[in-house]
Amino acid sequence: MSIFVTLFAISLNAILAENFILVKFLGICPFMGVSKKLDTSLGMGLAVIFVMALASAATWAVNEFLLVPLSLAYMQTVVFILVIAALVQFVEMFLQKALPALYQSLGIYLPLITTNCAVLGVALLNIQNGYTFLESVVYGITGGIGFTLAIVLFSSIRERLEDCDCPKAFKGFPLALIAAGLLALSFMGFSGFKVF
Amino acid sequence: MNFKKQLREGLLTNNPVLSQLLGMCSTMAITTTLFNGIGMGLSVTIILICSNVVISLLRKVIPDKIRIAAYIVIIAGFVTMVDLLLKAFLPALSDSLGVFIPLIVVNCIILGRAESFASKNGVLASAVDGLTQGIGYTAALVIMCIIRELLGSGTFGAGVFGADGIRILPSQYPALLVILPVGGFLTLGCLIALTQWVNRKLAAREAEKEAAK
Repeated sequence: MSIFVTLFAISLNAILAENFILVKFLGICPFMGVSKKLDTSLGMGLAVIFVMALASAATWAVNEFLLVPLSLAYMQTVVFILVIAALVQFVEMFLQKALPALYQSLGIYLPLITTNCAVLGVALLNIQNGYTFLESVVYGITGGIGFTLAIVLFSSIRERLEDCDCPKAFKGFPLALIAAGLLALSFMGFSGFKVF
Repeated sequence: MNFKKQLREGLLTNNPVLSQLLGMCSTMAITTTLFNGIGMGLSVTIILICSNVVISLLRKVIPDKIRIAAYIVIIAGFVTMVDLLLKAFLPALSDSLGVFIPLIVVNCIILGRAESFASKNGVLASAVDGLTQGIGYTAALVIMCIIRELLGSGTFGAGVFGADGIRILPSQYPALLVILPVGGFLTLGCLIALTQWVNRKLAAREAEKEAAK
């Protein structure tokens, strides 16, 4: 029973209280870059969930069965980024064949998932927090869900920001950042939220 | 050498954070004290110079198709070195920056400069580019840090000048909100707006000069 409680606590934490984008500041580039339209941001979110889950599983296994026995733990950063780059390449080829429409709309941002801090971040945090395999995968998936939640909420706000009347210097990017700040403010309401 | 022009680009007109809008994760996440900002800025500058030099040296050897993967491995190597050095000699900085040191690997600034500058230019020019872009990044971080630390905890230079820094605002005034994530978004938004405004003024003045000729 207690394993469910732990997993539930990890999920709740990853989605709301410690949201990857709005609280931990991981994955800001795609958050800002792909959030202009609701449907592309949803696609990006789904791709990130998928990659984060796979990356958590793969990097956990590589760390446990390869790096730790060979006492090469200091090579984590290099090895993890290689594993993630290979994974993203694989996902890209898969999408190109299976879902060409989504592949087209994600465009340049798919290869950029490799350099998404959230993906490398989740791999490193799993090891830092000493999660088991199951906990790591759950953390990866729910971290991705948190990312999707934030980017979808933000893109719906941003569609409205396009036409608003504001000082010229704030037009575009700065205004989007301020809106993101207000979104982060609302997510602060979830901090201090504890299951135990 | 047009070092002056490159420096001006790095600091203002083509600042990696404030104009190119790259590397924002670390810019917002760690800029809570001056100590963090300077430490992070210097680490990134050193990695940027090293990776620019190596990539520029290898630019004719690396096959075009796998260049991004090759760049990432080179960058990850330097990041690991800096990470281990910080852990050994500056454990306090390493603790407070946490996961953001290994995450320099995926900082878009470094990969961006590798792709757009070092892979097309000579070694010396690439080193200078790394230095000036690094200075621009550090400057943006330091400005963010000073603003957020002053408004958020009311001090200046905590960790640099003594453990608590110099107290400027009495401790009942600062708004804790500014050092929380919200403050990061708001401060960076205002700074980018300011940069856009200054750049537009500069461009207008130059256009005027051209017209007067």
